[in-house]
Amino acid sequence: MSDPASPCTDFRRQLGKSLDKSAKTMARLLPIITGALLLVSLFNNLIPRSFYVALFQRNLLLDSIIGCVIGSISAGHPMTSYILGGEFLKNGVGISAVTAFLVAWVTVGVVQLPVEIMILDRRFAIARNLTASIFAIVLGILTMLILHFI
Amino acid sequence: MPKQGIKKIGGEWFFILAVVLLYILVLFISPSLFSESIRFFSRIFVQILPIFALVFLLMTVSNLFINRQFVAEYFKKPGISKWFFVIIAGIISTGPIYVWYPLLAELRDKGVGYGYLAAFLYNRAIKIPLLPVAIFYFGLKYILVLTLLMVTFSVIQGMLINRLVPAEH
Repeated sequence: MSDPASPCTDFRRQLGKSLDKSAKTMARLLPIITGALLLVSLFNNLIPRSFYVALFQRNLLLDSIIGCVIGSISAGHPMTSYILGGEFLKNGVGISAVTAFLVAWVTVGVVQLPVEIMILDRRFAIARNLTASIFAIVLGILTMLILHFI
Repeated sequence: MPKQGIKKIGGEWFFILAVVLLYILVLFISPSLFSESIRFFSRIFVQILPIFALVFLLMTVSNLFINRQFVAEYFKKPGISKWFFVIIAGIISTGPIYVWYPLLAELRDKGVGYGYLAAFLYNRAIKIPLLPVAIFYFGLKYILVLTLLMVTFSVIQGMLINRLVPAEH
């Protein structure tokens, strides 16, 4: 019979507690994550590729802002953003706009914002997404300038 | 329905209910969009299931070993090493962003500042397994410049968020 006060028993008890806590958290989050996935799937099919290309106007700042907005409202696998970004470049869209689009796609989550607010914090989620949007535009312009000089 | 019953239903269930209602609406407006979206959903849901398992495992390990004392020791020290840890963790993490929210919420509850969570999320944008695809589309020079800028800006964002959103607000 194992000693109830032994380190092994104590570890097993702690492990049981940790598993229980994780299971409860995951069960609470399952409807949120399922809902988010459903929204992502809908947006992904709702916005066609041709819509993106028609939007850009060949203006450094404006195109970066447009790239950032499209990247922010889009959701899905980053691979999709590379494919779309590659198509934008082929269609003559500037590197700053494409960069802002790529960065915003993976750092800003408008679709996931309600989930981020619910699980983390409203003020944090808004501040994070807002700064990430500004940084996407800044990074777009900076990347273009750096590539121009090196 | 008794008031207590309403209180027991969490916001997460209202959220999924709203999404289901939206899908029902889409089914009537555009059945093809509905079926395409459901097909896409099924595919990504199956893809993220193993990531869920990984997250569950990490959460359990976090619950087991990362207590407030641990966090106080390793995460609350100011310095470059903590940023370095957050950057590496963000880069090596996989799966959709929202799958990581529960773990981040746990870390926040254990005293990790919001800035570090933001830096972690920002660095998730750097996907090592996808680098060959990114290089194929945009070239090595572009990807190197962008990656370095993103790592730098993740720390800037983290510092900014630490000021904008204090841990206890």
